[in-house]
Amino acid sequence: MNLISINNLHARIEEKEILRGLTLDVKPGEVHAIMGPNGSGKSTLASVLAGREDYEVTGGSVTFNGKDLLEMPAEERAREGLFLAFQYPVEIPGVSNMNFLKAAVGEMRKHKGLEPLAAKDFLKLVKEKAALVELQDHLANRAVNEGFSGGEKKRNEIFQMAMLEPSLGILDETDSGLDIDALRIVANGVNALRSPERSFIVITHYQRLLDYIVPDFVHVLYKGRIVKSGTKELALELEERGYDWIKEEAEANV
Amino acid sequence: METTTISQAKEKWMAALGTSHAYASGSVAEAFERFDFPTTRDEDWKYTRVARITNKTWVKSDAVEACDVQSFLIPGLDAYTVVFVNGRYNAAQSFLPTEQGIHVSHETKLANQRASYNHFFQAYADAACTDVVNVLVEKNARISKSVHFIHVVTNAQVLAQPRINLIAMHGAEVKCIESFVGTESAKSFTNRTLDIEVQENASLIWDKIQLENDAQFLMNEENVRITGNGRFTINTLTIDGGWVRNALNISLDGQNIEANLNGFYMPRRKQFVDNHTKVDHRLPHCNSNELYKGVLNDQSTGVFNGKVYVHLDAQKTNAFQSCANILLSDDATMNTKPELEIYADDVKCSHGTTTGQLDEEALFYLKSRGISEDNARRLLTSAFIGDVVSKIENDAVREYVTQQLVQRELLVA
Ligand SMILES: Nc1ncnc2c1ncn2[C@@H]1O[C@H](COP(=O)(O)OP(=O)(O)O)[C@@H](O)[C@H]1O
Ligand SMILES: [Mg+2]
Repeated sequence: MNLISINNLHARIEEKEILRGLTLDVKPGEVHAIMGPNGSGKSTLASVLAGREDYEVTGGSVTFNGKDLLEMPAEERAREGLFLAFQYPVEIPGVSNMNFLKAAVGEMRKHKGLEPLAAKDFLKLVKEKAALVELQDHLANRAVNEGFSGGEKKRNEIFQMAMLEPSLGILDETDSGLDIDALRIVANGVNALRSPERSFIVITHYQRLLDYIVPDFVHVLYKGRIVKSGTKELALELEERGYDWIKEEAEANV
Repeated sequence: METTTISQAKEKWMAALGTSHAYASGSVAEAFERFDFPTTRDEDWKYTRVARITNKTWVKSDAVEACDVQSFLIPGLDAYTVVFVNGRYNAAQSFLPTEQGIHVSHETKLANQRASYNHFFQAYADAACTDVVNVLVEKNARISKSVHFIHVVTNAQVLAQPRINLIAMHGAEVKCIESFVGTESAKSFTNRTLDIEVQENASLIWDKIQLENDAQFLMNEENVRITGNGRFTINTLTIDGGWVRNALNISLDGQNIEANLNGFYMPRRKQFVDNHTKVDHRLPHCNSNELYKGVLNDQSTGVFNGKVYVHLDAQKTNAFQSCANILLSDDATMNTKPELEIYADDVKCSHGTTTGQLDEEALFYLKSRGISEDNARRLLTSAFIGDVVSKIENDAVREYVTQQLVQRELLVA
């Protein structure tokens, strides 16, 4: 059975159609990479899946864990196990990372019918998961993402993912703006979370990340559709040849 | 204000006052000649409707009613208490200072009229004052405990017009808390006046916590005069109340004075909260810092009017004012008006008033982590008013205020 099944998805923002018939199935444990030129709709896909209301879904369906994903509000999707690592994590002054995580972990546990974690166990979990992405302890006490460097923000996303243990992680250009060391740390964090039940959709512009997070499938998104799919060799080919040949192929098929 | 015909409401209120009131002549009598109730045509009352107060009949409490104030005390606060029940000073419930250097006395009548009055309610407060408490803090006395003034209303229809006069003499240091609470059945109009003198080198902190219920009307006026090197902080914390108006007047009448005025208000349902502040810089080298924050929900209304005057002589003044608001509902309204009048040239003054919504991006981010819409809003509003809450220095008071907000689901702990 598919963990998530996206079928002929259409979505628009402000009268502009951005996703134009996107179809993708992901089985438990699989890692799918989505590549594509700037503006092809990668972040839009991530936002629509996570439940951002600015986008209007005009057609198609998404089934997640056997449920209609598009019917659920964003918070419900998260509780059902969908996690989006944002391309641009927002800074939230005045809300401490710790209070934020406590609230989020609490809601997740409530959803699963679990008791709230004791303060001691929560702190232990924070320490353990922060170590996974080599995030300094003191960042946990700061306001959410406030004054974090670009790399710290991305690591904080993976840290949150580790805390919330989703069944599907969607990483939106988590590699952008990272130097090679930070990239390795982030990739190691993600790899540590890989399991036969947990799937990932890894959105990236560059092949580089896929050396570390090795995907089972690679798809190319262009003008709101998946125009080519393959294995990790496709990513290498894209690295070498760029996107122009894909564009030409796609335009020829219209 | 021109009033050619006297309103019925005024006639009724004057009749209730009778001929027995303290000031049949002098400035109070002159004010009654001159003023009818303020209307929205008066600049200072532009957004503040008083009809719901003036069209009712309110009654002064003849007796000093019994009341157990235990549940209105602040847990963990080691304080003296001065209790007013229905506007009347309640000696039995009060725990007056026992240490040297501070004197609390009670009178049933005001000693003097003011030189002049600005509006009807102000004159009425003096003409029908329910009780007076005078606090004198002696020269250089540092009072070890806080003084907690508690105003409780237990009956319906009550007119409570207490007056507190406080003098912190040269070099004195004192901290006060004042809370206004209502019991379930209370419908009332409280019109409380506070006159403060902070003398040379003295220091006073005043935390005011407003916790009335939706059926109550609360008018407060503070007249604060600070002289050289004096320090004064007032935190106006409006947590609950149907109709609240705070008129805070601070005169910086010396050099090297520091005045801090902070406040938050979180009205909801049909609540109304008005903060009128006036900071008067008369002499050089003084600082004033003003920070107000509001979060308005449902059909509530807020008013902020911040006057800052910097007189010609008040060179090297630093005067900062900020009032930021968040509307949680399309039906909530906030009216803001900063008024700066600066006549000195070598000063640093700034003001900013903003009214907006919660940051949608931040809301989505929180929800995308499984946090409910309500809790996400609460996290963001808690963060928003957090810098005002953190101005409350006393741990027990800050904790109490936080708990009151948490109980009302206005804040996450
Ligand atoms: N809020 C928005 N308003 C209008 N157009 C948008 C908005 N967000 C994205 N777009 C447009 O949608 C297209 C796809 O954007 P995006 O999904 O961010 O692409 P990618 O992530 O692949 O670079 C672009 O043409 C972009 O300009
Ligand atoms: Mg993008």
